[in-house]
Amino acid sequence: MSTHAHALDEHAHANHDPNLQHHFHTMQQQFDASKLGMWLFLATEILLFGVLFVGFGLSQARWPEEFKQAHHHLDRVLGAFNTVVLLVSSFTMVMAVHSAANSKRKATINYLVVTILCAVAFLVVKYFEYSHKIHEGLLPGQYFTYLANTDPMAKGNSVFFGFYFMMTGLHGFHILGGVVVLCILLAQTIKGRYSASYYTPVDLVGLYWHIVDLIWIYLFPLLYLIG
Amino acid sequence: MADILTSPHVGADVQHGKEIDYIEAKKGIWSWMSTVDHKRLGLMYLWAVVANFIVGGIFALLVRITLLTGNHGDNYFISAELYNRFFTLHGIVMVFLVIIPSVPGALGNFVLPLMLGAKDVAFPRMNLASFWIYTLGNLMAIGAIALGMVDTGWTFYTPYSSTTNGPVSLMALAAFTLGFSSIFTGINFIATVHKLRAPGMGWFDMPLFVWGIYSTSLIQVLATPVVGITLVLLTIERAWGIGVFDASKGGDPVLFQHFFWFYSHPAVYIMILPGMAVISEIIPTFSAKTIFGYKAIAYSSVAIALIGFLVWGHHMFPSGQSQLASLIFSFLTFLVAIPSGIKVFNWLATMWRGNISLDTPMVWAVNFLLLFTIGGLTGIFLGALSTDIHLHDTYFVVAHFHYVMMGGTITAFLGGVHYWWPKMFGRMYNEGPAKIAAYLYFVGFNVLFLSQFVMGSNGMPRRYYNYLPEFQPWHVASTVGSWIIAAGLFLALGNLLASLRKPKEATDNPWKGTTLEWQTQSPPIEHNFHDQPVLHRAPYDYRTPVSVDREIH
Repeated sequence: MSTHAHALDEHAHANHDPNLQHHFHTMQQQFDASKLGMWLFLATEILLFGVLFVGFGLSQARWPEEFKQAHHHLDRVLGAFNTVVLLVSSFTMVMAVHSAANSKRKATINYLVVTILCAVAFLVVKYFEYSHKIHEGLLPGQYFTYLANTDPMAKGNSVFFGFYFMMTGLHGFHILGGVVVLCILLAQTIKGRYSASYYTPVDLVGLYWHIVDLIWIYLFPLLYLIG
Repeated sequence: MADILTSPHVGADVQHGKEIDYIEAKKGIWSWMSTVDHKRLGLMYLWAVVANFIVGGIFALLVRITLLTGNHGDNYFISAELYNRFFTLHGIVMVFLVIIPSVPGALGNFVLPLMLGAKDVAFPRMNLASFWIYTLGNLMAIGAIALGMVDTGWTFYTPYSSTTNGPVSLMALAAFTLGFSSIFTGINFIATVHKLRAPGMGWFDMPLFVWGIYSTSLIQVLATPVVGITLVLLTIERAWGIGVFDASKGGDPVLFQHFFWFYSHPAVYIMILPGMAVISEIIPTFSAKTIFGYKAIAYSSVAIALIGFLVWGHHMFPSGQSQLASLIFSFLTFLVAIPSGIKVFNWLATMWRGNISLDTPMVWAVNFLLLFTIGGLTGIFLGALSTDIHLHDTYFVVAHFHYVMMGGTITAFLGGVHYWWPKMFGRMYNEGPAKIAAYLYFVGFNVLFLSQFVMGSNGMPRRYYNYLPEFQPWHVASTVGSWIIAAGLFLALGNLLASLRKPKEATDNPWKGTTLEWQTQSPPIEHNFHDQPVLHRAPYDYRTPVSVDREIH
């Protein structure tokens, strides 16, 4: 048994990849642990949004006519455009991971740049959508001025926009966070930090980016395509 | 080195003196604040939890003192308003700042990697982040207390919480922040258990403490985000009135209860499973006997974690939810009793004809068995639909969950602290005062809470400031109990702290434990083990005698 213990120890030292942390034996073990951690984090993301989806569904059942009426304020063309933008960014993200895993630094840089540009485009479109709604007085709760308080449809409309801003807002924050980490990835890639032997961060951010896209895939029909 | 592990570098030179341990390995306050060592983080959690426990305990004592008399009008020396805030803060501090991080944060961080034969948790930096997020949440909670306190009860029920004055939003966001800390710890432990087990350690070779913490972590990861976003919704509801939970604005207050309990009932198992995990370690060690029904205990932890997700509606029987839903929730609640019962019977079977030594940790473990069993059985009453209508929101509920949360988890936590203290600090406390403290705690606990079962079944509602004269004797008994328990706890704390002045003379394995953490130095070196330990035997194997000085019956 003692030789076995030695072998493990020497194995860790012989490899001595600078990216290998001291408490892991192999790069593979470290990669697997990181990936498992990321998947667990993504599970928490799904539950985070899950609450909002459930709340939305129940409120829609309570205010069906109002939700239908309210959703006409959303611009389907812009929503569809953003959906396409995010789908493209998901593809370029996959390619970025693939390039990093094959030590293709230039390709990785290019794909990351396109992904970031898509994310920014998404946020710009969202900015115009938001400012249009704020202009119309469609902010929820006490700021809802589009319909008079006495209007029987006002409550349900306000609740719809409460969920609209919560859900797309939380999603928007995730896109914004994604842009930040993608920029860090880009800087590190330019420095040549990643190669076939170590590209864990690219892989993990890729997973994160896909879940953010996936959530939008559900948000778009739920909010924009009710009627 | 006949037992569990092979440690080739432990030669004669090492046996004589101890090597530099993790506490002395680095000096200075910054070395603690920036540490990624799971053992140091465990200690930091320990002190934070102790400090918060004292704060939460003082709130509890103030509540009990207020209740010595029952017809004092609203301007007693603690006013009705202040009383509402005290019981709220007692609940929030004890649940979010003490019980949830107690066993996983303090003991789990310290022991789990050692038990697995690992050098650290899977993500040491995230572990550090988790501690500082906990501290941030702690500071936010203190800020909310300083800004005028909160009177919603720890449950933050709407519409009261969305309309009452006071820093409710800050307190809700504090709980949200603490949730993140809890999630990060959970992710860390799951990845550690999956990927950092010692060579030769299969899933069913892990100590049962690890199984308990693993099940807890699953719930932490899958339930906490729900309460997190719910509390954010509550905060936004308060700020802008978006009408998710406020009926006057088009929302649904019962929806809040559903979201809240979807987390907070599983959170009850976040609190009790780690307690059970500690007991599963203490009982075989002090019975010097292989644990009875290893797999049954391991699976029952996972079963509790999974069924625990499906019973939240039993908090809401009188809320107007559908009768069918109540019926199903009630049935599923009864199901949880099965794995819990399996555990208790297995622990008893382990003790049966074992070579029991009643050292301090074992006294705490026996306290746990008695108190938790009462807490668990009274839970059945509350899970039954018809009796719950009578007992709902009475002192019976208060007594029940204190028997589980305090009699279960805090008791197990104290047992665990006494069990691993020599490993953590390399010092042994005085057995005499430690045992007296445990007995005082047991007596005080029952005086305090048994009387509340009587009051509750006679209709004394919880959270009331004034009450009918017929309840007064029971309230007086309950308050006196709170003083006995406080005396016991201070004695235990003082005794433990006093041991820190002694030289580090504790042996590596004072209790003759068989799990890996006892196979390294006390306190451990910075990297835990000299070499990677390799497991070639299941835990709790006492058949091959490790010690010869105990008679085997």
